[in-house]
Amino acid sequence: MTLKEVQELLEADVLCGDDDCLQREVRICFACDLISEMLLYLKPHSLLITSLTNAHVIHAAQVMDAKSVLFVGGRRPDPSVVASGEQNKIPLLVTPLLTFDCCGRLYENGVRGDKH
Amino acid sequence: MVDSLTYTPKITVEFEIGEKDFFIAGECASRVKKTLQQLGLKQEIIKRIAIIIYEAAMNVAIHATSGKLVVHIDPDGITILTQDVGAGIEDIDLAMKEGYSTATYEIREMGFGAGMGLSNIKQCSDDLYIESKVGVGTNLEARVFFNNRKKTGEDV
Repeated sequence: MTLKEVQELLEADVLCGDDDCLQREVRICFACDLISEMLLYLKPHSLLITSLTNAHVIHAAQVMDAKSVLFVGGRRPDPSVVASGEQNKIPLLVTPLLTFDCCGRLYENGVRGDKH
Repeated sequence: MVDSLTYTPKITVEFEIGEKDFFIAGECASRVKKTLQQLGLKQEIIKRIAIIIYEAAMNVAIHATSGKLVVHIDPDGITILTQDVGAGIEDIDLAMKEGYSTATYEIREMGFGAGMGLSNIKQCSDDLYIESKVGVGTNLEARVFFNNRKKTGEDV
């Protein structure tokens, strides 16, 4: 599914990312709140789901070539973090849903983790 | 994509890392990654190097009062060095164990301090050497060879 479809499915707001970015295909997701785990397991072109909202998340996503980041639980990052996402061309979304529900809805719609 | 950089002159990049300068780690990793991409190295190798740099620089920012990260690129591989002045490591074997951490709540709240840093570095390095003196500081030297297929599997 596209990032746009992910946005609708998870009732998310787009914090940054233009229409072109939102047409990116999302096949792999990774949910995690530890930076070291992001570095180790985050695969290129995947969607990162996290409740961390600091700039380290953007750094980790950028270094690991993640496609986009979804913040859960309605946690909105500071404008500087959004600016960093914009600068690195990493679309950022925020959903009121918590991690379990996000993953459940995505899985139901065919999105998988890396090991599938 | 190339396995070795026979055409590449030696390159050295150096970063100063201050106490609690948490954002420098991502910048170090990001900048070296761009350089390695320009050199045309394979993505798996670049990823391993980026992880080592990120974790090593973060360790200095978290545990030291001052330090530096130096990256040497040569035709055969890359050497990542950190030298810091700070707390030092009392038991290196224990510190290498995944899950062992002395990081504060503040650090953990940022998503760090999970006790995975040194084990991540070890997993991504071909050679790793650490020397430390409590109350003085720590030196770390990690080496990644461009032409070593041993650790370039999908899991790293």
